[in-house]
Amino acid sequence: MQVSVYRYNPEVDEVPQMRDMSVDLPPGKDLMVLDVLELLKAQDPTLSYRRSCREGVCGSDGINMNGRNGLACITPVSEVAKRGKLILRPLPGLPVVRDLIVDMSQFYAQYEKIKPYLINDRPAPAQERLQSPEERAELDGLYECILCACCSTACPSFWWNPDKFIGPAGLLQAYRFLADSRDTATAERLAELDDPFSVFRCRGIMNCVNVCPKGLNPTRAIGKIRTMLLQAGT
Amino acid sequence: MVSKVTNVTSLTRSGLSDFVIQRVSAVLMAVYTLCVLGFFVANPDMTHARLVGYFGSTPMVLFSTLTVLATAAHAWIGMWTVGTDYIRPHYFGRHHTAFRLTYQAGCLGLLFVYVAWALQLFWSL
Repeated sequence: MQVSVYRYNPEVDEVPQMRDMSVDLPPGKDLMVLDVLELLKAQDPTLSYRRSCREGVCGSDGINMNGRNGLACITPVSEVAKRGKLILRPLPGLPVVRDLIVDMSQFYAQYEKIKPYLINDRPAPAQERLQSPEERAELDGLYECILCACCSTACPSFWWNPDKFIGPAGLLQAYRFLADSRDTATAERLAELDDPFSVFRCRGIMNCVNVCPKGLNPTRAIGKIRTMLLQAGT
Repeated sequence: MVSKVTNVTSLTRSGLSDFVIQRVSAVLMAVYTLCVLGFFVANPDMTHARLVGYFGSTPMVLFSTLTVLATAAHAWIGMWTVGTDYIRPHYFGRHHTAFRLTYQAGCLGLLFVYVAWALQLFWSL
């Protein structure tokens, strides 16, 4: 199989380039893209990428495969390769550290901005803050995010304003804490989001929904934040 | 890394207000378009006198004025968004702020001309 890989080592290369490599795939097996990367690395140990759990849980190996963001470890080659060719690039929009490794600082900075932890000013109970099953169900489809950055780096609004627009991943988490019955900082959280960029730069094109490897829906969460802002502000 | 979100040149300085204005003005423009289209469909044998009579009636002058102002607000929010998306340092270098301000001033000037022109037209019927 022909594989075209984005290669860039800032210590040696002046500009990034796509390098063609070929790899023999075992017949009758549909490998995951991460397996192909491992085979390529056996050929060229300088090829760099992040990986850890290899089962779609850690979110380390988010890359762009034939133009589509996803996790290399749970994406079958047959799903992304076109005309027998696999094209691998780093996640778009973030600075490249080396080859397929991107600098996620900007992404984490936006995540930090939404205060991704429970804030509760009531006295702590003796054991734990309980939720009803219904209140707990509100968090389904939100807490599962693994912060792989596939969604935010597929979002043009995040490409253009990564310093101001929180991005789909951060906003999904923002709503995760707004929807949590144990959190008491709803008004403060909403006040932080009411500017023309943080939430409202989302134009609803749903690239985030399209690429999320966990099947989550950040656009719906953003819609719910807008509704909460509307209810609080009118 | 994370910029303080400034929005001095946005219409209302609030994302929520801009969002609501953009949606309400869109509905207003859609209703106005339907009214005008309906008038033309209902009057296949259109004459100049009938046209002036329709657009010159007080309710229609007020509706037209409201729609022109709504269009201007809608257009400014849209053009401001486009400008703050694309006129960025990666494309325009370190003088991007000058480019963006020039673009915004150009948009404002154009909008002012359109609004003044439309108001003059509607209120002289």
